[in-house]
Amino acid sequence: MKSFLKLLTLLLITNLIVSCSNDDDNTPPPPVNEEEVITTMTITFMPQGGGTDVVLKTQDLDGDGPNPPVVTISGPFASNTTYTGSVEFLNELEDPAEDITEEVQAEGLEHQVFFTVTNSLGTVTYNDMDADGNPIGLDITFQTIDTGSAVDGDITVTLRHEPNKDAAGVSDGDITNAGGETDIEETFTPVTVE
Amino acid sequence: MKHCIATIAVFIIGFSAIGQTCKLNLSGKVQDFHNGEPIVNATIYNKTTDSYTTSDLEGNFNINDLCKGVYQLSISHISCETKVVEIDLQDDSYKVVYLEHHVEELETVNVEGASVSKETDTGQETIIRKDYIDNNSSASLGDVIKQVSGVSSINTGNEIVKPVINGLHSSRIVILNNGVRLENQEWGIEHAPNIDINSANSISVIKGSSALAYSSDAIGGTIILEPKNIAIIDTLFGKTIMGYQSNGRGFNVNSSLAKNFDSGWYLNGNLGYKQNGDLKAPDYYLNNTGAKNLSGSFQSGYKSFEKGFEVYLSYIDSELGILSSSHIGNTADLVNAINSDEPLINEPFSYTINAPKQDVSHLLAKAKGYMRFKSFGKVTFQYDYQNNHRYEFDKRVGNDRDKAAVDLRLQTHSIKGDAKVDKLGRYLINFGVSGRFQDNFANPDTGVKRLIPDYTKYDLGAYFILKANISERLIGDFGVRYDLNHIDAYKYYYKSRWEERGYDDDFSDIIIDEVGIQYLTNPVFTFNNFAISTGLLFDINENHEIKFNYSLSSRPPNPSELFSDGLHHSAARIELGDLRLGKETSNRFGLSYLFNSNKFNITLDSYFNRVNDFIFLKPIGTEETNRGAFPVWEYTKTDANLIGLDANIDYYLNKAISFNVKTSYIHGQNLDEDLPLIDMPSFRLDTAVFYSKKEWNTFNASLNYVFVAEQNRYPDYNFETYIPTTDSYELVDISTPPPAYNLFNFQADMTFDVFKKSKLNVLARVDNIFNTSYREYLNRLRYFADDTGRNITIQLQLNY
Repeated sequence: MKSFLKLLTLLLITNLIVSCSNDDDNTPPPPVNEEEVITTMTITFMPQGGGTDVVLKTQDLDGDGPNPPVVTISGPFASNTTYTGSVEFLNELEDPAEDITEEVQAEGLEHQVFFTVTNSLGTVTYNDMDADGNPIGLDITFQTIDTGSAVDGDITVTLRHEPNKDAAGVSDGDITNAGGETDIEETFTPVTVE
Repeated sequence: MKHCIATIAVFIIGFSAIGQTCKLNLSGKVQDFHNGEPIVNATIYNKTTDSYTTSDLEGNFNINDLCKGVYQLSISHISCETKVVEIDLQDDSYKVVYLEHHVEELETVNVEGASVSKETDTGQETIIRKDYIDNNSSASLGDVIKQVSGVSSINTGNEIVKPVINGLHSSRIVILNNGVRLENQEWGIEHAPNIDINSANSISVIKGSSALAYSSDAIGGTIILEPKNIAIIDTLFGKTIMGYQSNGRGFNVNSSLAKNFDSGWYLNGNLGYKQNGDLKAPDYYLNNTGAKNLSGSFQSGYKSFEKGFEVYLSYIDSELGILSSSHIGNTADLVNAINSDEPLINEPFSYTINAPKQDVSHLLAKAKGYMRFKSFGKVTFQYDYQNNHRYEFDKRVGNDRDKAAVDLRLQTHSIKGDAKVDKLGRYLINFGVSGRFQDNFANPDTGVKRLIPDYTKYDLGAYFILKANISERLIGDFGVRYDLNHIDAYKYYYKSRWEERGYDDDFSDIIIDEVGIQYLTNPVFTFNNFAISTGLLFDINENHEIKFNYSLSSRPPNPSELFSDGLHHSAARIELGDLRLGKETSNRFGLSYLFNSNKFNITLDSYFNRVNDFIFLKPIGTEETNRGAFPVWEYTKTDANLIGLDANIDYYLNKAISFNVKTSYIHGQNLDEDLPLIDMPSFRLDTAVFYSKKEWNTFNASLNYVFVAEQNRYPDYNFETYIPTTDSYELVDISTPPPAYNLFNFQADMTFDVFKKSKLNVLARVDNIFNTSYREYLNRLRYFADDTGRNITIQLQLNY
């Protein structure tokens, strides 16, 4: 019993010493640079047969911080024109910026980019495919309407993680039944076709 | 009825005498162990000669004309358990016999069905016994203590179950496992206590903060899990419980073995495993709700009345899946989920646990020693160490796929010295000091912003409790406790968040570095907490009893309330802590009435709890991110009133049939905003009829009906959000509670004698007999899916 009490005392003292010495080398921890946050989404539309590119871009450099994303629309789309669109996702919190597009491409089965266009500005068709033959949406074609005067509308671009690509309409680009989890979503407004 | 144990210290003063047969004299004195006072009129029964004598006014006794040889004496006194001593008499002898007069009831020696006593006299306390724990071997702590009226739970699905006592939970509840305060990152709603109920022999639920020997911050209550009392006899016994649950196709095994020696040494252990796959709501599977749980404990030591020591180890590792459809990306996903009757993911049954999931392990090691001093009392020292490691896995992409999103390691060292002074007759004094050092490490390798920052924390506490048996019918107690908490953290803030919080004005001096878009800060806080608990227990007569208790307690804000800043996925909201928060202070008045007769057992617990600066999460607006708009919830404070009544009524119709009614109602009000408090349990009525027949192998059956009302008192924190895909605004109904529900449950069991000395108990239970679809207000996953449907449990319990 006595030896036990001695042991206990020893334990307590050791613990105190350990605790104190822990405190001495209490160095600040390193920062964490968020790894898979998508800070930046850029959709570049190149007109087939020449003309001015249209770039839709959203950038939110403080992630889930209080600052809202900065959204830019480089200019209007031309009427009755076929554009080839490509989507790029970046994490600019890392230095150098990490290209998340490659990960989305590599895990195409689990990702899909959706384009929701209002006011019949045009139609989007997918050019790429995952291993099951369903679209991913990094490479698209955008056919604008034929209009005499300028038309305004919105284009909402959504990247979904683990959508149900077999649900009705999903592989045609209808997000309604897709489910899954939204990784990034931005509504570009107003987008003009003239 | 109090039992005493008689422990005898023997000092034989031998005088050598010439061998003389049958003329020997054995004299002695019977004294109180605690204060040395003589015990008058103790019965000394000489078993060998079948003769009696009693002690006189000085406690002396005298037995003449004894032969040489071995004698068995049995010494007893009113309300004391009889103790037998063996004496090998060779000469005239003198013995001082110490009897233990007023005894800590917790130390009572009992072999089976150990008697358990309460921790408090005037507090509102209920004890859950071993047979109930065994019958619910596969359940979580949170589900088991719902047996107590006024106790409910706040859930994230079925596996993450946090106890709620009189409307309060998380950091407001202190859990003690074998005398060790559980330190396991219990600050969030989705962090359940890491504890296995199978190692406990009894669970005590104390409403309010009247257990000051353990803490000053248990504003909600204290839950005390006690292991079995050690009997100082030669014995070896064990128990194995095996069960199967139809819902989730789960199974559980738990086995325990104990060996005690009459020398006072003992050792025992407990090992358990349980697993289940996806649980099922009446209409669909709840995908990814599987769970695995491994737990074990080991206890060994030496026990005697005067001294003893113990080492205790316990380990638990749980892997818990979280309903897949509850993991959402933005507010629009949440609207989809709320508006959909069924979960958006609906797959067949599986045992596989995928992300999102939690993997939490908890190690507890404890060493304790005690000594009793004559004419003083008992002194105990304890050291304990806890290591809690929490991983949370999210749905991630690329190389990070299998990497945890949360990796927190919380280590705690505690020391405690406690003295119980029992020499003062009608007064019992308990005082002590405690110290705690805690270190939280948030692994930066997750590549995800730290949920809880790195910190170190010191606590120092001292307490003094006086219990007075004022008269036969009146007991009073008074306790004070002081705690000092000191927390020293390193926390990174995005500069934008730092400014949005307005910290650049108030806290610019704590910035120690600037890294890219982040500030490194060093917040240091010290809190002084003072607690009082006092009350009276008035035993009017053998039927009626009244208890009154007042307690003052305060709780410093926890790390999550201070430091949270970021997106909370399952809730689709941004949660923000506040460095300016102070401690919350509770003034709680409890009044209880107890009635006991042959036919009735009634307990009515009423309370009024005024909490000043009550910390809670409140929505303050929305923020745009590139996942969409999110509501922002901020930890803020208000003065709050919690008023309630809990009732428990037992009625024994005859030997075979009895009834039980439990009900509780709570009224919680946010006084600053004049709104109901969020997340208050709704009215509940739980009734049961029991039938038992000893002749049929101790047959027991019960039918249980539970009614849970709709919570009509809730704050409306609904808001509207823009849905880009439909180009419209929609209401996000996060506030409206689900409708009332009714559940029926049935249980029956029988016990058979098997082998030579073993008993086999066979139990069958059906929960939610009618497979009712329902959702519970205090389940965070109610937005996404129904609660579980019918579950049939078969359980075998072998005692050997």
